[in-house]
Amino acid sequence: MIEINELYKVYGDRKAIGPLSFSIEVGEVVGLLGLNGAGKTTTLRVLACDLLPSSGRVLVDGFDVVDDPHEVRARIGYLPDRPPLYEEMSVRAYLHFTARLRGMDGAAADRRVPETLELTQLQEVAGDPIASLSHGFKQRVGIAQAIIHRPRLLVLDEPISGLDPVQIVEMRELLRSLKGEHTIVLSSHILSEISETCDRILVIRNGEIGAQGTPEELSTKLLTGVRVEITVRSGEDGARALEMLREVEGVTAVAPLAGSDAPGELTLRVDAGRDVRPELCAALVRGGVGLLELKRSERELESVFLRLAGSGAAEGGAPPTREPQAKAPARRAGANGGRRAAGASGAASPEQSGEEEREGET
Amino acid sequence: MTRVLLVARRELSAYLRSPLGYMVAAAALLIEGLIYMGVLGSGQRLSSDVLRWFFDVSSWTTMIISLILSMRLLAGEREHGTLVLLRTAPIHDGEIIAGKFLAAFGLLAIITALTVHMPLLIFVNGKVSVGHIAVGYAGVLLLGAASLAVGLFASALASSQIIAVILGAVILGTMLVQWQVARVTEPPINTFLNALALIYPVNQVGFMKGVLRLENVVYYVAITYFFLLAATHTLKARRWR
Repeated sequence: MIEINELYKVYGDRKAIGPLSFSIEVGEVVGLLGLNGAGKTTTLRVLACDLLPSSGRVLVDGFDVVDDPHEVRARIGYLPDRPPLYEEMSVRAYLHFTARLRGMDGAAADRRVPETLELTQLQEVAGDPIASLSHGFKQRVGIAQAIIHRPRLLVLDEPISGLDPVQIVEMRELLRSLKGEHTIVLSSHILSEISETCDRILVIRNGEIGAQGTPEELSTKLLTGVRVEITVRSGEDGARALEMLREVEGVTAVAPLAGSDAPGELTLRVDAGRDVRPELCAALVRGGVGLLELKRSERELESVFLRLAGSGAAEGGAPPTREPQAKAPARRAGANGGRRAAGASGAASPEQSGEEEREGET
Repeated sequence: MTRVLLVARRELSAYLRSPLGYMVAAAALLIEGLIYMGVLGSGQRLSSDVLRWFFDVSSWTTMIISLILSMRLLAGEREHGTLVLLRTAPIHDGEIIAGKFLAAFGLLAIITALTVHMPLLIFVNGKVSVGHIAVGYAGVLLLGAASLAVGLFASALASSQIIAVILGAVILGTMLVQWQVARVTEPPINTFLNALALIYPVNQVGFMKGVLRLENVVYYVAITYFFLLAATHTLKARRWR
């Protein structure tokens, strides 16, 4: 569906993207992940024919974005990071206009608009001026204009940006519902969001592909083990739990998690070379410790993201903060987990960058 | 052509849904009316002189209206982030420019038509030919089209509406004062400058007097075409950044 080969976009002396090469198959849902300024939006704008590349070749469904921009545009639905909405129009009139603009005749647009309103659950606000809608609804209208002409390719730039938690869940469901009918490329700087909706992730760093794979592949490549957060009753239970957990086989480090405790509770962070949650749970229950919660840490995803997208910034910028007490488990984990590596390109070796990240994060 | 009309219809409807179109029309009618009443009340005059005065005033107000109406056409869309919708749709840049020009010209024509009672008032106490009125209005509309094209070009270049209106005013101002520069230069330069000047001493004055000359019509059509073409190429060029 998409073939990008040696794509560069240069503004004066500043390189925005390049060299960038990747391909996306029909029906795939692919996420571009990267920090702000990494080149995600520029890449998507080139794909949508809004921006001309400085060099390289970009083919969409076999058509070149420079030589056949009209063919490409007819096949693409594009939602920029700020939805392009004529706020004085009603949702229905706006969608009708965008359908006609994309080449549908009046009768076809009349049929398609109600379908799209239903698909994006906008029926209740169809007659309202866009200016009066909430941010979440406006984002939906943005999606609706992108899919109104049934494009083969959907290009969505940060579709979840700025939404509240309820709207995020709704948007996620909407994106899932679009799978199958469209090939989708979306961008985000939030790994947890992108991993919820995408089959494959392309990590863009400094305008280049830093890594790619499924969310699981990236996690496997870059995480040396498992981090678990356990909440127990504080006081005597807490002290006993600390001792017991250290003795569980596979555990490399146990430490209280600062700043996260409710009154009467203590949260511990456990690092292990493998998934030891059943053993941890069994040990605590056997020891009669009041276990309140046990979960795999959400910070794992952040770790992956920082490793993939952020190390470039770290290399060029200020070094991450180091805390001496975190060095020992980091070294042990490094020694145990030879899998860490790959993926992220790197001026720094994977082991080195992994250690920096682990230490800085603590 | 369908897409040109589609863009034009949406743009015209946007003008009519926003206060801008009404405010500009009201201000223009008020100013023209006040000046016209001032001219009528300033003693006895020949009917044709009154009509010439009217079209002289109309030329200036039309130019200013055109600048204000055109500033939002592209710069406004850029400010609101909606231009990307047109730029990523299967529509040529020239069609976008043509659609927007048509919409603004349509509104300008409506506003101009609302002033038609003023020259007709001359018939109460005087006599002028309908042909003089028709030619005068043709001149005003041709000048309006040229000014809109200049404004649209400025709007394509500028990143904000304020910059667009200033840039447009500078271009129009330069074209206006050429005839003053021509007065202190020698032939053939002064002939060239006079021929390119927007209103005085040649191109609009004939229309004001009710004299229709082909070269004056060609002048305004050429200016309009040139700046619309420049706006189209500016829009294309901006795809590089």
